[in-house]
Amino acid sequence: MDVQSSTPGVVLKYVVSPNDFTRAGEASSNVKNILKQMGISPDVIRKVSIAMYEGEINMVIHANGGDITVTITPEKIEMVLRDDGPGIPDVEKAMQAGYSTAPEQVRSLGFGAGMGLPNMKNYTDEMKIDTVLGVGTTVTMSVYIS
Amino acid sequence: MTIQTLTEKLPVSILSEGDLSRQITKVFCCDLLSIAMSKAPADCAWVTVMGNVNTLAVASLADAACVILAEGTVLEEAIVEKAKMQGITVLSTTQPVFETALSVYRLLES
Ligand SMILES: Nc1ncnc2c1ncn2[C@@H]1O[C@H](COP(=O)(O)OP(=O)(O)O)[C@@H](O)[C@H]1O
Ligand SMILES: [Mg+2]
Repeated sequence: MDVQSSTPGVVLKYVVSPNDFTRAGEASSNVKNILKQMGISPDVIRKVSIAMYEGEINMVIHANGGDITVTITPEKIEMVLRDDGPGIPDVEKAMQAGYSTAPEQVRSLGFGAGMGLPNMKNYTDEMKIDTVLGVGTTVTMSVYIS
Repeated sequence: MTIQTLTEKLPVSILSEGDLSRQITKVFCCDLLSIAMSKAPADCAWVTVMGNVNTLAVASLADAACVILAEGTVLEEAIVEKAKMQGITVLSTTQPVFETALSVYRLLES
């Protein structure tokens, strides 16, 4: 992890390793702790934690890992999750609750219920998915602080 | 009710001991982690049969007071160590999910 506290706000960077379920959640936990120390409200922290963990898990399951950049400003917390995975063929379908292409092994770990993207959308104030087949996916999410 | 009280009144064993003086205010059941993460209330006792490393991450992100693994669900030693390191209380019971949650609920109501 790499913390730069120059303007315009605090920038946190994380690398998400591919296929490593044991480490998935480390980035979100770290962000959660930092936000707590900064005195951000529990409600905002919860939204950021849920959205980011789901995104992190998706990068592990569907996209061979990637990197996450979190920018904290007085107005909002922005999370940019970038991967070089296969891309999402039909974003609208992927956003539907219950839609999942996760393999059985992932389901047996309690994920792959197709609730990730819907959760990310519900718990953030803005969400944008940029995806190119065979190139990768970037999910940008923001949670407003006020 | 504190976690300590729960451990004295219910047939649970302590796999990982965090802060046992922490208050439990609710009880929650679910094994699907995406749902648990978004729906588990803070300070709940979370009853589940899903015993893997993601359970710890979800418990921590949702700010659950403790995890109760029902139906005799076991946790690998490495995961127990991780729970201890993170200060997450994990209890285990041979009772089914519903009976466990009901017992916690009754204690909370009494
Ligand atoms: N970063 C990603 N790269 C490629 N595909 C993705 C990515 N994130 C999500 N998807 C696709 O969208 C589907 C729905 O995602 P999600 O709602 O998180 O459910 P789940 O992860 O449980 O399958 C996934 O099954 C997968 O096909
Ligand atoms: Mg997902």
